[in-house]
Amino acid sequence: MTEQGKSIFSRPEALKDTVTHYCPGCTHGVIHRLIAEVFDELGLRERALGIAPVGCSVLAYNYMNCDFLEAAHGRAPAFATGFKRLQPDMIVFTYQGDGDLASIGMSEIVHAANRGEKFTTIFINNAVYGMTGGQMAPTTLPGQVTTTCPVGRDVAQVGQPIRIVEMLSALVTPSYLERVAVHTPPHIIKAKRAIRKAFKYQVEGRCFSLVEVLSTCPTNWGKTPDESIQWLTDSMIPYYPLGCLKTPEEHGDR
Amino acid sequence: MAKVLMKGNEAIAEAALRAGAAGYFCYPITPQSEVAEYLVKRMPEVGGVFLQAESEIAVGNMLFGAASTGKRVFTSSSSPGISLMQEAISYMAGAELPCVIVNIVRGGPGLGGILPAQSDYFQATRGGGHGDYRTLVLAPSTVQEAADLTMQAFYLADKYRNPVMIIGDGMIGQMMEPVEFPEEHIEPELPPKDWATTGARGRPPNLIKSLFLDPQALEDNCKILDEKYQRMKKDEVRFELYKVSPRNKILIVSYGTMARICQTVIDELESEGCSVGLFRPITVFPYPEEALKKEATRRNIQTVLTVEMSMGQMVEDVRLAVAEAKPVKFYGRTGGIVPSPEEVKEEIIKLIGTGSSPKPPKRKKS
Repeated sequence: MTEQGKSIFSRPEALKDTVTHYCPGCTHGVIHRLIAEVFDELGLRERALGIAPVGCSVLAYNYMNCDFLEAAHGRAPAFATGFKRLQPDMIVFTYQGDGDLASIGMSEIVHAANRGEKFTTIFINNAVYGMTGGQMAPTTLPGQVTTTCPVGRDVAQVGQPIRIVEMLSALVTPSYLERVAVHTPPHIIKAKRAIRKAFKYQVEGRCFSLVEVLSTCPTNWGKTPDESIQWLTDSMIPYYPLGCLKTPEEHGDR
Repeated sequence: MAKVLMKGNEAIAEAALRAGAAGYFCYPITPQSEVAEYLVKRMPEVGGVFLQAESEIAVGNMLFGAASTGKRVFTSSSSPGISLMQEAISYMAGAELPCVIVNIVRGGPGLGGILPAQSDYFQATRGGGHGDYRTLVLAPSTVQEAADLTMQAFYLADKYRNPVMIIGDGMIGQMMEPVEFPEEHIEPELPPKDWATTGARGRPPNLIKSLFLDPQALEDNCKILDEKYQRMKKDEVRFELYKVSPRNKILIVSYGTMARICQTVIDELESEGCSVGLFRPITVFPYPEEALKKEATRRNIQTVLTVEMSMGQMVEDVRLAVAEAKPVKFYGRTGGIVPSPEEVKEEIIKLIGTGSSPKPPKRKKS
């Protein structure tokens, strides 16, 4: 409360008043909140449809205060395509993890992006399958230990991790692609700016937009929350550089 | 409206539009690509959505998203494509979403062939994907019936909030026949789709899902679904009898294109003084088991002959219905080979010739 008794910080209306099931140090909660703040600021909650993935954030609908669909693993972009094509007045977003989007759902995200479907994808990259218990993901870093690569990711056997925003930027159509992180307050501010931009483009009916958010998974990384932030800084960001790869202003609305 | 000459695939497409389909998602596959080629022109005329997807996996999942708007949506495909859609069909059944799926069946398994078959009967009538669910399955045997059933399919999908499948074969899809559409499509009133996820304005958020982590909640959902299937069994069973009379010694059970060929055989045999009847299921789920049991167990019937364009799939439902009351024989060709009337006739004559015993043969108890 300020001296005038005016509230300066509160729960966004687009976020439910409930406790999440996420592990300590996980950044899903932060990202949910950023989307909710953007919805409040742009007045989108009442015409928003979220599409939950399979993975830890399958229960995102328990935390976000808007309509939701729960997709099959990797298929959220196909759900979003079908919905938005028939209901273009709605604001549609998919919320997908790296196993969901970059592995089983690779076909759906590439084609939705390439058709220029007018929805927004929030892509959470924490370099591991979370809910199934820490298996290797397409984004697992070289040498990173997971339950299905217990001596570390062997790139000679399974290839190098996939950089999704770089890969999608090779397509002509998608025109807003940015990678952000949420491990420090300055990064959170930048991440929110990117998420806000993505939804703004959608409100304006401009283009497909995808924001990749580097996220932590202390439980499956076998690290403390503090160590996780350090590992994200030291290991993830060098391989997954932050920044904007494409904007409609530079590359045109498609 | 005057009769028009149309291919089965086109009649299905036009019927869907007349029943209010607002969205169609597809992926090319023989022998049903004419549905897409017809709708790419017609959909814009009615303000609907036409989209060619990247795969049938995507098609199924686009249908889920599109059905969540509350608007009527559908797809058409053929056997291998329908296999790829089973993921989404299971999710839609679990989440209680209405949609219509047209399967113009071709021979399988695997890539199989492109000619007509009825070898997807098991997949269509047993759910097809994972989990405890069923789809309501309608099996037309003429182009006119394909049009009529397609229109009804959208109503039934909404009524039960469940995927409804039209199971035709390549013959139904490719054949041209005269079709007549009603001037106006009229159907009974349906409850409002207050479950659609069209924005939480003045109401709590809607959620469409099939995940129930609590086993009791999942069992409860399966019970809700099963209650619908029981209602379908009570209210939606459809079949047709052809030349069924107390003079019949043999009752043929056949559906779709195969049933028409059997009708030709029955007419021919009749002109030769031999009386054979036909029981034609129109719904294959729910299966008309009570009605079939009644017809098959009449005193005059000595043998029940199931004729299919498969190695024998529906015959299992016939045996379930008839139980051991009468001998149930099977004749079928598959792989895209459609049994000729001569072949079927020969089979019937063999049965009559061997003087099929009125008593069922002894069978081993399993």
